[in-house]
Amino acid sequence: MRRAYSDFMKALNDGKFVFTGEIEPKKTTKLEGIIEAAKVLKNHVVACNVTDNPRARAYLSSLVASYVIQRDVGLETICHITVRDRNRLALISDLLGASALGIKNVLVISGDHTTGGDNPGAMPVYDLDSTQFVQMVRGMVDKGIDLNGNPIDGMVKLHVGVVGNPNADPLEVELCKVERKIDAGAEFIQTQIVFDVEKAKRFVKELNSSVPVLIGIFPCKSHRIAEFIANKIPGISVPKEYIEGLKSAGASGNGSEIINKIDMVNVEYFSTLIKELRRTTKTAGIHIMTMGYESIVGKITDRALDGTSR
Amino acid sequence: MIITKSKPKEAVLRSLEDHERVFIVGCGTCATLCQTGGEEQVNEMANILGKKACGKVVVETPCDIRILRRDLSSHSNIIAASDAILALCCGSGAQAIGEFTDKIVIPGLDTLFVGETERIGRFYERCRACGECIIHETGGICPIVRCAKGLLNGPCGGMANGKCEAGGHVRDCAWVLIYKRLEGQGMVEKFKEIRKVRDRSKKAEPQELKTR
Repeated sequence: MRRAYSDFMKALNDGKFVFTGEIEPKKTTKLEGIIEAAKVLKNHVVACNVTDNPRARAYLSSLVASYVIQRDVGLETICHITVRDRNRLALISDLLGASALGIKNVLVISGDHTTGGDNPGAMPVYDLDSTQFVQMVRGMVDKGIDLNGNPIDGMVKLHVGVVGNPNADPLEVELCKVERKIDAGAEFIQTQIVFDVEKAKRFVKELNSSVPVLIGIFPCKSHRIAEFIANKIPGISVPKEYIEGLKSAGASGNGSEIINKIDMVNVEYFSTLIKELRRTTKTAGIHIMTMGYESIVGKITDRALDGTSR
Repeated sequence: MIITKSKPKEAVLRSLEDHERVFIVGCGTCATLCQTGGEEQVNEMANILGKKACGKVVVETPCDIRILRRDLSSHSNIIAASDAILALCCGSGAQAIGEFTDKIVIPGLDTLFVGETERIGRFYERCRACGECIIHETGGICPIVRCAKGLLNGPCGGMANGKCEAGGHVRDCAWVLIYKRLEGQGMVEKFKEIRKVRDRSKKAEPQELKTR
């Protein structure tokens, strides 16, 4: 087991069941939004991911946002870095910068293709892929050298994680890919969002990973969001009972009543899913993506841990 | 084969606005097969240009200076008197024509890719000329060109139901194709290997090959 530089990795190494959140910087120069979201998450998660130009949209830098969240809120971050937007020079540069600023976890993302983003004429870089990025980080952290063997002054104290997709079909191809990334030296896995507990269980069991796997979930603020995911995002299945639960919760009552009922549906659905995963698999934790619905995180984590120890 | 596509006629005519005498050069090889620079397209362009077209020829392979010299020799006086040459061939051919004649060259085609022909009118990019072929490791399928991200250790998270996210999950994911091909060949272990970072310096400068 490698030395843990971050609270996130320490918790995983200690065998604690870990929750992480996620914050998405937007196309803005204002920092208030991410700071407020981080404050809501702070007492409920060990660390929060900070996205890097998600869906190929050019947003405020994940590195800057990660630094500000750690500095102003005191919440540890897992800084996303896509290989889509940077060649190896820029990647090395950002990793050195991240380590210098006290960021201790990075998650490498291939990055959604530029043609689907908000500047579709952009050149996609992909100088390295995510597996090669992991190898590069290993050299920087373990040997103090960059990709070409050049020595680095000072220690690079970073943990590198990768993404897996339990919804992938064919799954065996995805599993081979994730295994490659583990072989390359990835230290943790966070997954694409899953609603179907059976898919999450199958992924964790078949991968049988030697590194911790955090299953991704996405509590939906309305049934329309759940339907959008079910109908418009290829490969992600959303159980009908969940959508129906959200629909009936939103059918009557005033604003705050509806919010409470929607919250209850999410708490019930996802705490059950989490308990099932803990009971039947070696899932190491849960990654909760919210996109503005941060208030649900504490409610889910409290219920999921109800009667158990972390 | 080099796959080309005709530029819109209006765009070609705009590029030729300032030229009175235009000599048209087609390509007897790739552009003929693409139906963008063969006899038929050269004649069609001559008709469109009317009096502006002072001469025309389909050179067997305009990207080969030796063939260019051979096939243009009988037109040298007309070319010398022309204001510009309209090149109905790939960018390599168009530059060779400019280099050989020292004339203004107007490209009539856009050069798209090195491709495979299914049938006339259906061409698929199959080689990016990366200078470091590895298809023996990937089931005979090139990930550099057929994976939209050019990943060497795919698939990425955008693969869904075996399809590629780029273009909206219509095209097959190259890495799923590679997996299936290797599986069929009893070589899945190859798929699991980590392919190392590429040395991009090989393509960082204009390429030349001098073997003699």
